[in-house]
Amino acid sequence: MRKGEITKVSGPLVVAKGMTGSKMYDVVRVSEERLVGEIVGLAGDLASIQVYEDTSGIGPGEPVFMTDEPLFVELGPGLIESIFDGIQRPLDIIKESSGDYITRGIEVPALERNKKWHFKPLVRAGTEVGPGDILGQVQETSLVVHKILVPPGAGGKIRDIKEGEFLVTDVICVLENNKQKHNLTMMHRWPVRIPRDYRERLAPSLTLSTGQRVIDTFFPIAKGGTACCPGPFGSGKTVIQHQLAKWADAEIIVYIGCGERGNEMTDVLLEFPELKDPRSGEPLMKRTVLIANTSNMPVAAREASVYTGITIAEYFRDMGYSVAVMADSTSRWAEAMREISGRLEEMPGEEGYPAYLAARVSSFYERAGRVKTLGSPEREGALSVVGAVSPPGGDLSDPVVQATLRVVKVFWSLEDKLAYQRHFPAISWLNSYSLYLDDVADDVNKMTAKDFTELSREAMKLLEQEAELQEIVRLIGVDALSPEDRLILEGARSIREDFLHQNAFHEIDTYASLKKQYEMLSVCMFNYNMAREALKRGAAFDDLVKMDIRNKIARMKYLEESKLDTIVALKDELSKEFDQLIKREAGAGEAGKRGTEETAKTGDVEKRSEK
Amino acid sequence: MIKEYSSISNVAGPLLLVEGVGGAKYEELVEIYTRIGEKKRGRVLEVDKDKALVQIFEGSTGIDVQDCRVRFLGKTLNIGVSADMLGRVFDGLGSPKDGGPAIIPEAMLDVNGAPINPTARDYPNEFIQTGISSVDGINTLVRGQKLPVFSGSGLPHNRVAAQIVRQAKVLGKEEEFAVVFGAMGITFEEANFFIQDFTKSGALERVVLFLNLADDPAIERISTPRVAFTVAEYLAFTKGLHILVVLSDMTNYAEALREISAARKEIPGRRGYPGYLYTDLASIYERSGRIKGKKGSITLIPILSMPEDDKTHPIPDLTGYITEGQIILSRPLYRKKISPPVDVQQSLSRLKDKGIGKGKTREDHADLFNQLIACYARGKEAAELAVILGEAALSDLDKIYLKFATEYEERYISQGEYEDRTIEQTLDLGWELLRMVPRNEMKRIRDEYLKKYYDTK
Repeated sequence: MRKGEITKVSGPLVVAKGMTGSKMYDVVRVSEERLVGEIVGLAGDLASIQVYEDTSGIGPGEPVFMTDEPLFVELGPGLIESIFDGIQRPLDIIKESSGDYITRGIEVPALERNKKWHFKPLVRAGTEVGPGDILGQVQETSLVVHKILVPPGAGGKIRDIKEGEFLVTDVICVLENNKQKHNLTMMHRWPVRIPRDYRERLAPSLTLSTGQRVIDTFFPIAKGGTACCPGPFGSGKTVIQHQLAKWADAEIIVYIGCGERGNEMTDVLLEFPELKDPRSGEPLMKRTVLIANTSNMPVAAREASVYTGITIAEYFRDMGYSVAVMADSTSRWAEAMREISGRLEEMPGEEGYPAYLAARVSSFYERAGRVKTLGSPEREGALSVVGAVSPPGGDLSDPVVQATLRVVKVFWSLEDKLAYQRHFPAISWLNSYSLYLDDVADDVNKMTAKDFTELSREAMKLLEQEAELQEIVRLIGVDALSPEDRLILEGARSIREDFLHQNAFHEIDTYASLKKQYEMLSVCMFNYNMAREALKRGAAFDDLVKMDIRNKIARMKYLEESKLDTIVALKDELSKEFDQLIKREAGAGEAGKRGTEETAKTGDVEKRSEK
Repeated sequence: MIKEYSSISNVAGPLLLVEGVGGAKYEELVEIYTRIGEKKRGRVLEVDKDKALVQIFEGSTGIDVQDCRVRFLGKTLNIGVSADMLGRVFDGLGSPKDGGPAIIPEAMLDVNGAPINPTARDYPNEFIQTGISSVDGINTLVRGQKLPVFSGSGLPHNRVAAQIVRQAKVLGKEEEFAVVFGAMGITFEEANFFIQDFTKSGALERVVLFLNLADDPAIERISTPRVAFTVAEYLAFTKGLHILVVLSDMTNYAEALREISAARKEIPGRRGYPGYLYTDLASIYERSGRIKGKKGSITLIPILSMPEDDKTHPIPDLTGYITEGQIILSRPLYRKKISPPVDVQQSLSRLKDKGIGKGKTREDHADLFNQLIACYARGKEAAELAVILGEAALSDLDKIYLKFATEYEERYISQGEYEDRTIEQTLDLGWELLRMVPRNEMKRIRDEYLKKYYDTK
């Protein structure tokens, strides 16, 4: 192995001389401790290296070993249910070998080498295969069938393929190409910084339902789409990310904890095996891959972690799955770039971030998409990306937020004002947007009812009207409004409190199917429309807002999915109540009139009698 | 082999550059001997070929470029730890300051520690009763959490912290918390307040104090929280104690960090603080927590004063992104003589959901606190309206909410400095206040709890 020599150490940045022949983004091993590093700059025979581990105690004169390979991830059975660090080292194995703390220079293979998997071929010997073709499959977990693909670049005629129990390193298939034999295993490697190939990009048209009402109804994300949720601390970014990881209708979830709290990852690790997937009833962990690079782990590995995560996601996409990547938080990734850039003494752009920040951010999100994959049989895969952004002080002019907003199509604006009122999820319905609203409309309507999009548009209109009216209320008080306007406020309040507000920690309310969302919103709007009608027909505003059935509307969210008809039945009840109310009003009106007439008469009598 | 050099070429602020050094290591500890024989300590910040950039903990007074000798010790900053450290006072670097004997170390540990493997962590979920309603009821603290107090000059953050330290207990368990107190740049009076308070409550023999006061070298502060945590980790995970770490004031720490960064001519981030402030703070805060299979735990309460009460200032802002919530003290409340002036709307405990409920506090806790906050928020809105329009313009319901908000502040948030409320008292007080508001407004509470707690008296 060729080696160079360290000349400078400055935090996670190491400069070494004698590095002629190495390439940008090659992986190197630093010092006798063999710390993992990556070349991020070359000048003459000097190489600048970002080191993925703590560099304390390293100094000039120590060797740097070249591997002449870029940073790879291992792709094959064993990924699901694993927890990796930023450079795909399995944290649970590290714990077994080195204890509760992560020490340096640990080398462990990413995929479990001793575990046997049952490989079942799906093609026969003699078939011509190319990159991306499905060779066979492994039942990796109860939820995931792991398709074994011909790795990129390989191809030829199958000479031999066998069924049986194999290690990931065992040969399962032999290809022949131009009389050359090529052995295939269940595992292959792919450099993290290069997007994996596909045949064709497709426009997103299917909705990725998340069970979160404000998202699915008002600001949906498409399968293969991109979304971001920026917000100050305490606004619930992580809760939203967790909710999506739990309930999003994707077949595989890759959760990247990038520079965030250690306890949050522990939470996922403890909670996901317990939670059941609403569709299959299996534990959610059985479809989840975790990448954890917490805020106190080395900063450079944070930079790599988002790439590691998205490459694993692309691999599952290539099998034809719908994959969702949660990256929490991309700001920490950008900060890692800033730190390395500063140590490289590069000329900074905005706020000290490197000038290439926007380019890196956009090329990361552009790896999302719905695609026709390579290989046969023909299949479609989708990779959706949801990134949290943590702007300083919640200030959206932050360069990371701005760079992100330029590429993503969905913006969920988290606001601390809502969080202080304990309105969760604290997604602002006025500032957020989704550019997929029209793309996924057909899909959503097909799954629920023809008028779902129509309904959500009406509800949104009501919320916007409320905001305008609030301005007036703030100036002159609620009494100055006409009863119609006050009804708008009541209607919007009902949408906010009975529909938008969703408790992530309530065992039933945490997830609402699209159907339930439709029925709930439909009841809210029905109530509002009926009330307006009643008002026109002479009902008093105060009576309308005092109706007891409002309690039932408020409790819709706590009804189980199996009791949807109870929600539907609310409409009949509402009709009846309103009818009664109108009748009573009318009756009261009549009676009132008659009453006065009568008193008038009796009065007359009395007067007369007095006479 | 220990090497000594007298080839200092440059001194700038707390940094000095030594040339012609062979084999210096990053983060290596150095000793500097001045002309008059005074010994200072420092560590290597950067090595470039034969040049080493050294940060001096005690400041550069008395250092000259001709006669000073620099000795490279070949090891990183270590501290000897022992269970005997309980009840003792140390300086910011861990040397005894109380005139007592030197510590006989049971182990030598690197002050920088190592990151806890996320798979080794155990989720914090044991409720700590602090006896303060606004904390227990609304922003519940759990064992292993890191919950900072965001304060401002002139607000009683020290009293709040002292009250928490004094009253904190885990229900049903007899073990008391041991306290590791790290003082960074606070005044003698403030430090003395804590020491007096510990003495009065008889807690002093359960306390390890690290004092870097306002007139001590500023650069030493960079090591103080690390030294404190090294001891805390030893006591918690080796000795099995439950540790409460109190760090005051993190603002002074961040300023020392900024001083070093400026001296190194690094590109500054917001307000001149270095771009790596987040990572640096995280490397301190994240050392708290629980570890599977270990008896002890580390709960962290850092105190920081927000310049101009500005929550978006980089120090509180980045802290809030790392810690699991925050307790924010409010000046308007304090002016109203509400003490402890906890701003319950902006304060938050992220781990409360796992620490409350049946078997921990009480089944109705979660619903109750959601409803309390929602009602209080509505009451505050009504109060704002009342300021503009006059109270007479409020609807009847808003008037009720306004009254609720006032009573809530005066009876629930406000409490005596030595008043130790049990969780039942806190919860029942919450229900008592809620009964002011009509029942059909209780949208966030399950029917069963309403029947059980709202309807019965």
